[in-house]
Amino acid sequence: MSNGQEFIKNYKQGSDYAHGFVTDIETIDVPKGLSKEVVHFISKQKKEPQWMLDWRLKAFDRLQSMKEPDWQKPKYPKINYQDLYYYSAPKSLTDQPKSLDDIDPEIRKTYEKLGIPLLEQKKLAGIAVDAVFDSVSVATTFKDKLNEIGVIFCSISEATREHPELVQKYLGSVIPMSDHFFATLNSAVFTDGSFVYIPPGVRCPMELSTYFRINASNTGQFERTLIIADKGSYVSYLEGCTAPMRDENQLHAANVELVALDDAEIKYSTVQNWYPGDKEGNGGIYNFVTKRGACRGKNSKISWTQVETGSAITWKYPSCILQGDNSQGEFYSVAITNNYQKADTGTKMIHLGKNTRSKIISKGISAGHADNTYRGLVSIHPKATGAKNYTQCDSLLVGNKCGAHTIPYIENKNSTSEIEHEATTSKISDDQLFYCRQRGLNQEEAVSLIVNGFCKEVLQQLPMEFAVEAQKLVGISLEGSVG
Amino acid sequence: MIDIKNLRASVDDKEILKGLNLKIGKGEVHAIMGPNGSGKSTLSYVLSGKEGYNVEGEIKFNKKNLLELNAEERAREGIFLAFQYPIEIPGVFTNNFLRTSLNSVRKANGKAELNAIDFLKIVKEKAKELNIGEEMLSRPLNVGFSGGEKKRNEILQMSLLEPSFVVMDETDSGLDIDALKIVSNGVNSLRDPERSFLIITHYQRLLNYIKPDFVHVLSDGKIVKTGDWKLALDLEDEGYGQFIN
Repeated sequence: MSNGQEFIKNYKQGSDYAHGFVTDIETIDVPKGLSKEVVHFISKQKKEPQWMLDWRLKAFDRLQSMKEPDWQKPKYPKINYQDLYYYSAPKSLTDQPKSLDDIDPEIRKTYEKLGIPLLEQKKLAGIAVDAVFDSVSVATTFKDKLNEIGVIFCSISEATREHPELVQKYLGSVIPMSDHFFATLNSAVFTDGSFVYIPPGVRCPMELSTYFRINASNTGQFERTLIIADKGSYVSYLEGCTAPMRDENQLHAANVELVALDDAEIKYSTVQNWYPGDKEGNGGIYNFVTKRGACRGKNSKISWTQVETGSAITWKYPSCILQGDNSQGEFYSVAITNNYQKADTGTKMIHLGKNTRSKIISKGISAGHADNTYRGLVSIHPKATGAKNYTQCDSLLVGNKCGAHTIPYIENKNSTSEIEHEATTSKISDDQLFYCRQRGLNQEEAVSLIVNGFCKEVLQQLPMEFAVEAQKLVGISLEGSVG
Repeated sequence: MIDIKNLRASVDDKEILKGLNLKIGKGEVHAIMGPNGSGKSTLSYVLSGKEGYNVEGEIKFNKKNLLELNAEERAREGIFLAFQYPIEIPGVFTNNFLRTSLNSVRKANGKAELNAIDFLKIVKEKAKELNIGEEMLSRPLNVGFSGGEKKRNEILQMSLLEPSFVVMDETDSGLDIDALKIVSNGVNSLRDPERSFLIITHYQRLLNYIKPDFVHVLSDGKIVKTGDWKLALDLEDEGYGQFIN
C-alpha cells in the first residue's frame, strides 16, 4: 500500500456556483476502488485501535453480499464503486494540528469564503465548531470549555482512540452495521465525522456545529456522526454544508446516530446546500444519508429539523425509534427542489414505548422540472399503548413542469393510538405574485417571501442564527424558478 | 402627472379597453364610474402593470413611458393599486410583508432600508392615525381578514408607501358604513397637492366621503362623459342606462 503521496490530485477551478470554488491544497488519496486494503489504510491513517478495524472489516465482508436498494423514486445511473476514492485528507494534516494556528491557511481561506466564522467570531457567538474538511476534522474549538463540564465534542476518529468504551457501546447501536447497503458501506469506509457525548444532567451551553464540505474530486464522502445524550441532558447540534462545483456526480453516504437516554433531549438541525447540478441537471451531489435517533430512555426526545436545498438527489429519512415510555420524536422538514433536482425524503417514527408521541411537519417545494417526494412511515407497535402521531405534509408547486408526491405509510397495531394525517398541495398563484410586485417586490423577492411563509413552521424550529441563513437560502435556491 | 392616450387592452383577442383617453394632473382626484363589464378593473390592472393583457396606446407618467415598466418598477415609481380583492398570502406576517414592500420601494429610490424596530415604530404610528388596530400586523397577510380589514390594510399600505398616484379599484365594495368611513378618512388624510387619485367605483356613495375633482363615465372601454362631482349624483338618480348602447 502506498502512503498516498503519489496520488496527489490536481484541481479544476469551478465557476457559476457561488460555493463552487476549489481550494488549492495538496491532498492524500488512496487509489480508486473499494478493497480490504483500502479499509486497512483508512483505519491506519486514523490510528484506530484493532477493534475498530475489525468492525470495519466485518462490515466490508457483509457488504459483499448486499445490493443497492432501488425502490426510491429518483433513479440515477449506476455507481461504479470501484471508480471512487475512499479516502482523501489534506496533506498538511497527516499529523493532527495542535492549535488553530497549525491549520493550513488555504483551508482557513476556504472557510472564510464560505462565511464560516471559525475563530473568534464563533467564540463570540458561543458556538463550538468541529469542521470537517474533506474527510479529516481540521479544527475543534471550545474543547477546553466543553471539557470543564464533561461534554465531549471531537472527531469520531479521536473518539475511537480516546473514548473507546463509549464508541464501542453505541456505534452501530442505532443503525446496525448491516442495516442496508449504504449504511454498511459507510460502516466499512467511514472517514470522519463528529462525536458528541453529554454527561448526565448537563445542558450543553452552546450550539454544537459542524460544517461539512466535499472538496476532492471523485471522493465519496462517508461521514459518521454519533451523538449520545446521557440521562437528563440536552444538546442542540447544527450541521450545514456546501460543496464545490463538480461535473461528476459525487456520492455522499453519511450515517448519523443519535442516542437519548432517560429524560434527555437532542435537537439536530441540518441546512444542506450541496451543489445541485447545473440548470440542465448535469452533475451535482447524491446525498444518500442514513440518519436515525433512538429515544432509548423514558421521557426522552429527539427532534430533527432539516432544510434541504442542495444536491442533485436527496434521499434520506431522519427517523426516531421511540423506545422509552413517554418519549417524543419530531421531524420538521423543508425540501426545495429546482431545475432537475430530485428529492425523496421524509421520516420514520417507530412507536415502541407507551405514550410515545411523534410529530411530522413536512414542506416540499418543487420548481422547474424538479420532482419532490415525501415518503414517511408511522409505525405503532402492539405494546405502544396510548401512542400519538400528528403528520402534516404540504407541497407547494412553482410552475407547471414540476412534481410533488406524498407517500405516507401508516402501520397501526394498537387500538389505543391516535394518528392524524393532513396533506395539502398548493401553487404560487399569479395573483399572489402580482400583488407582491405591485408593492415593489421583484419576482424573486416575491417567490422568496411566499415560500418562506409556506415553510415558516419549520424554519422557526432552527436556532436563530441558522434560521436567518436558511431564509436567505430558500430565496437563493428558487432564483430563476418563475417567469 | 398621468396622461393616457388611445389606450387599448385585450385578453385572448377580446378587446376590453377601446381607445381610452384620460389626463390626471398633480393633486387631482378623479373618479371613474361605470357599469359592470365596462373595463374598470382592466384599467386598474393595465395601469399597474399586471401581465396577461395585450396593451396598445400610450401612458405617460411623469414623462416616463409607463408601458415599458414592469409591475414592480411602476410601484417603485410611485404607482399604488388598492385592490378590489386583496390577495391572501399564508404564513407571511402582515408587518413582514409591509416592511419588505416598503424597503423595496425605499431601496429603489436611494433611501436607506428600515430595520425592524424603526419600521414597527412607523407602521404603528400610521395604523393609529388611520384608526387601524395593531393586531392586524401580526396576522398572516389578509388571511382570515374580514372584507373591511382587507380594505383597511390596503389603506395602511398606501399610507406607508406614500405613492404619488393611487388607483383605487372598487375599494368601497363590501364595506359597511363604519369601514367605509375609516377608508375614506384614510384617503382624505392622504390627499396632497403632490398626490393624485383615480377612484374606480360603482356607486356614488363613496364620493360623498371622498369628493372628486372630476367624474368620468366609463362604458364599453371608453370614457363617454366627464363632469364634476355632480355628475355622480345624476348617475345615482338616472343609472348608467343612458350610456349603454
